[in-house]
Amino acid sequence: MSVGKNEPRRDGPAKLTGRALYLDDVNIPGCWHGVTVRSAVPHGRIKSIAYDPAFPWDECVVVTAKDIPGKNLVTLIEADQPLLADGLVRHREEAIVLIAHADRATAYEAAKRVKIEYEPLPPVLDMEKSEKVFKSYLIERGDLAAGFAAADVVVEGEYRTPSQEQAYIENNAIAAYEEDGVLIVTGSLQCPYYVLKAMKAIFNRGEDKIRVIQTVTGGGFGGKEEYPSMLAGHAALLALKAGRPVKIVYDRHEDMAATTKRHPAVVRHRTGLSKDGRLLAQDIEVLMDGGAYATLSAVVLSRGTLHAAGAYECPNVRVRSKVVMTHTPPNGAFRGFGAPQTLFAAELHWEKIADVLQIDSLTLRRRNIFKIGSTTSTGQNLMESVGAQECLEKTVTASKYVAKRKEYDRWNKNPKNRTWKGIGLSVCHHGAGFTGSGEVYLASRAGVALTKEGELIVLAASTEIGQGTNTMFAQVAADALGAPASWFSVETPDTHKVPDSGPTVASRTCMVVGGLVGRATHELKRAFEQEHGRVPRTRDELRKAAAVLCQGAPARRFEVQYEKPPEVTWDDATYRGDAYGVYSYAAIAVDLEIDKLTFEVRLVKVTTAQDIGKAINPVLAEGQIIGGSTQGLGWALLEEPVFKDGVMINNQLTNYVIPTSLDAPPFEVMLVEKPYSRGPFGAKGLGELPMDIPGPAVAAAVKHATGRLIPTLPQTPERISQALQ
Amino acid sequence: MIKLTVNGSKKSFKGAPFKRLIDALREDFGLTGVKEGCGEGECGACTVLLDGAPVNSCLVPLCQAEGRKVETVESLGSPEKLSKLQAGFLACGGAQCGICTPGMLMTAHAHVRSKAKCDDKSVRAALSGNLCRCTGYQDIVKSVIKAAKGGKR
Repeated sequence: MSVGKNEPRRDGPAKLTGRALYLDDVNIPGCWHGVTVRSAVPHGRIKSIAYDPAFPWDECVVVTAKDIPGKNLVTLIEADQPLLADGLVRHREEAIVLIAHADRATAYEAAKRVKIEYEPLPPVLDMEKSEKVFKSYLIERGDLAAGFAAADVVVEGEYRTPSQEQAYIENNAIAAYEEDGVLIVTGSLQCPYYVLKAMKAIFNRGEDKIRVIQTVTGGGFGGKEEYPSMLAGHAALLALKAGRPVKIVYDRHEDMAATTKRHPAVVRHRTGLSKDGRLLAQDIEVLMDGGAYATLSAVVLSRGTLHAAGAYECPNVRVRSKVVMTHTPPNGAFRGFGAPQTLFAAELHWEKIADVLQIDSLTLRRRNIFKIGSTTSTGQNLMESVGAQECLEKTVTASKYVAKRKEYDRWNKNPKNRTWKGIGLSVCHHGAGFTGSGEVYLASRAGVALTKEGELIVLAASTEIGQGTNTMFAQVAADALGAPASWFSVETPDTHKVPDSGPTVASRTCMVVGGLVGRATHELKRAFEQEHGRVPRTRDELRKAAAVLCQGAPARRFEVQYEKPPEVTWDDATYRGDAYGVYSYAAIAVDLEIDKLTFEVRLVKVTTAQDIGKAINPVLAEGQIIGGSTQGLGWALLEEPVFKDGVMINNQLTNYVIPTSLDAPPFEVMLVEKPYSRGPFGAKGLGELPMDIPGPAVAAAVKHATGRLIPTLPQTPERISQALQ
Repeated sequence: MIKLTVNGSKKSFKGAPFKRLIDALREDFGLTGVKEGCGEGECGACTVLLDGAPVNSCLVPLCQAEGRKVETVESLGSPEKLSKLQAGFLACGGAQCGICTPGMLMTAHAHVRSKAKCDDKSVRAALSGNLCRCTGYQDIVKSVIKAAKGGKR
């Protein structure tokens, strides 16, 4: 058995020796460098584009919207975002002109010699003043009015979360070139088939004439879900016009300012409870800032809406949500995908309720938390794999939460101490896979190939971006066949080699695509049994059996497609039913200390238990939990994109601060494994779960330490100082 | 002409003396294990050792390396024979996306080689100039401590 063992990371040796080639490391002979000229106004009409006559333009290739052979569109959900602005600009980082030159520095110099004149139009920069709604949702359960009428108390709160930059350490980078009539696009990306779809519309080409290949990718976290489609279009336009390869490698400033970030959000709760703390009514409003184009906002909002009521049973619920347009760069996917915003509100609201009812938030959570048989806000019955309570109890015990609450209360009463101490708790659920009927529409495929030489190759479009995809796939395939993981290699995501497994997002790679890999390998196993008599036991036997199974062909592919479990039903029109096939669960306790003089927060320890069904590879799984939680802690304490006139002005790692090794706390991680019958070996989604709730646990701990509930992230020394004045 | 030693071999460079060390290593000496993350000395992905001490190679003009020794990740083990430190990273989950890893390894290598204390506190302090967005650092710290202990055996 390989599942459950810590197989070493497949991509480890190459990455640890500097041999792994990220896009900018690949030697592409004759490759030019592409740069982007962007809008200088957040909203306006382009009056003219002028090129400085003193510059040697004949050395460059210049591209504008007029050079686009097909649609001027980055295909995603809505057909609204142009590849290059033509006439109208809707945000400060919108691309207008592209330039390529053999020398990177000269290309940047050329970009400075382009003068664009605008007729400025009034921008909308505040989401609360926007009248343009991209998407709205309504969830209703039970009778809200009756719920409030029966309530002993009604508690209201408003919670705000900022944008967040993914801050992958490898910036966005894509190269394009044409080879034998095929347009090849290669680079740092999460979703090769998203890029392919966008390229088909831009270049009016069939899938046989476009090939998208992922290079080793230095982090994504959602930030390379959609933006690479734009970048690929830009690089390919330049490459085709230049008749040579062109790569565009963003520098940090451009990447931070221009590419997608987490949606800022305002969430309002009005909650009715009995005096003993049972939830009777939840009325929740969610507002998110989508930025200038719709991009993924509708689905980000959907996930946020579906998680807004938290991991608690309440008979009467209304969630009203909307995402609006502003003249700022489009916001997009970031680990958690709308859920961290709404869960921040849902979880921190317990602290407010606790004050009103004079019942501690742990007791309140215990009274309302999801169990087997609970019903969610969309009417979904949770019939299996519900580890919420176990996560909560394990976290409370291991963190010594109850004893520390008392100990810190005593500490905080002593004015001689130089710090305040606090410990805060939060719990969440996170739906794995696409929202609602999304997985049915995706109809993902994955497979395994057997070559006549006896090589076994996993075929999937899911990308390894650091999370351990390739190692996990090999482990799942190995146990599905009953063979060592070392027999399996994993094909590079290349649209001419692997089927469309859907995007590498939504915590779906292991549970959904891993499940497909397992099923495909079962088909291979059956073929071995029927045509060779048994599953080969040695490499030699594998080679002999391969010759039999392949019957002279170079390889035989076993591919399967996603099939919706029959028990899952969902109605997009009413937002009722099984929003997700299953949920993962997490609880976290954050133990911290605040300096009374500087208001700096020091994280003492973080304790977390996470129910992920089954850890295919515990070291990799814990790596996701600690890493994802640290991103959540960064959002909670340090990270805040600052916008001025519609553009991020702290677009550098100098003043957009992410956690260092000295900021990150020691973690105690406990894996809870409540198996899911439809997941491979019981596995559920994991990637996003750890990002969801460090925020509210930090805010709850800050409240415990200072006595002030700060309903806004990040909880910087400035905010804490203001709250205490 | 600028002369320097890179990973034990003598190299010479005839271009602009203020070329960034990172660019010379990547473009002229083919050492693409040196990564650029921010270009302003914040992220540490481009860390190399200059006369044994970690530096951000994006902030060092090549002329400052004249007559000095530069070590990059390529000087450690190979995929077939990882160094103790690299093997520690592989076993403990010290690398995920891998882009910060070469810089992280070089800083850690200098720390371990200096015979400095290798406990949680000192390793975290040593690595605090190298940003990692994937791991949350705990597994990197464990990797370094494991490798350092292994070295004493």
